Amino acid sequence: MKKVAISVYRYNPDVDDKPYMKDYTLEVDEKQDLMVLDLLIKLKEQDPSLAFRRSCREGVCGSDGVNMNGKNGLACITPMSSLKGRKIVIRPLPGLPVIRDLIVDMSQFYQQYERIKPYLINDEKTPPARERLQSPEDRAKLDGLYECILCACCSTSCPSFWWNPDKFVGPAGLLHAYRFLIDSRDTATEERLDDLDDAFSVFRCHGIMNCVNVCPKGLNPTKAIGHIKSMLLNRAV
Amino acid sequence: MVSVASTFGRSGTHDYVLVRASAIIMALYSLFIIGFFVTTPDVTYANWSALFSSLWVKVFTLLTLTAVLMHGWIGIWQVLTDYVKATRLRALIQFVVSVGLIAMWLTGLFVLWGV
Ligand code: SF4
Ligand code: SF4
Ligand code: FES
Repeated sequence: MKKVAISVYRYNPDVDDKPYMKDYTLEVDEKQDLMVLDLLIKLKEQDPSLAFRRSCREGVCGSDGVNMNGKNGLACITPMSSLKGRKIVIRPLPGLPVIRDLIVDMSQFYQQYERIKPYLINDEKTPPARERLQSPEDRAKLDGLYECILCACCSTSCPSFWWNPDKFVGPAGLLHAYRFLIDSRDTATEERLDDLDDAFSVFRCHGIMNCVNVCPKGLNPTKAIGHIKSMLLNRAV
Repeated sequence: MVSVASTFGRSGTHDYVLVRASAIIMALYSLFIIGFFVTTPDVTYANWSALFSSLWVKVFTLLTLTAVLMHGWIGIWQVLTDYVKATRLRALIQFVVSVGLIAMWLTGLFVLWGV
């Protein structure tokens, strides 16, 4: 057995005046490389007051985005061996209001997602009898976009989103915006671009690329944002 | 669509293009001035004012000053809307910087006029 030192951000607004870091020690099997979520579950056995979100525990649902040793990621697919340093430090995703411990209020994140109209819009008069077909090439354009699980790791690592979460759509929302902009079955491209053509929604992205660095699904929001910028520019000139 | 009054261009795209275009003009002008210093062994008042007496240098200089004005205006607005959340303070700083930039432009105009 080896000892693992873990420091966790704690805040319960009902009893605490302000947030604090609580230190724990866990005994884990020498040969075992646990995921951070497993550590959190063990900690909760030790201290049932600890609160965090999780559901699928295999990187599919996007519930357990947290900040581990300074980097956002999904606790369930982050092995403890990947975290450098003598201590594991776990904090909530940065930039969003904390509800309790590692649980953040994602409302602003979802509002930005809602704003880009994340659904297919098609105004053709006669809908096809069965389904809207796409060529394999058109379908391929959605790869690298549709896989997003809305975990918010990217948007909460983006400084532009920290400073203007009410105006800048953020990497996750923009990835989805592009997903519908290039969908061959969507007919609202112009309206969608009109809604993004201000100084904040898209253009607050300065290409810092924190989003690419943290995405647990290996997606590239910066590239999608670049495509949106080109679409807006092509339309303007 | 987020509407904001104090930006310089008509839209986000317009701002973006203005910032890039003005950056190119400023870069070219910097190269031009560096080129002058590199190719001129001793810089005297005579050849310095001779440089600025030709019409195209005047136009290029004024164009660059205009680029600085736009670049500074939009750039400062972006930085301020990120970091200064108190609206009145932000408006005040934006005002001071914008007036400064316009004063710089006018000063440049009159200096060029006199050469
Ligand atoms: S590339 Fe853009 S969206 Fe991604 S972190 Fe940077 S500023 Fe944010
Ligand atoms: S782009 Fe990646 S990091 Fe961002 S919300 Fe989607 S899956 Fe999460
Ligand atoms: S618990 Fe579902 S992604 Fe981690």
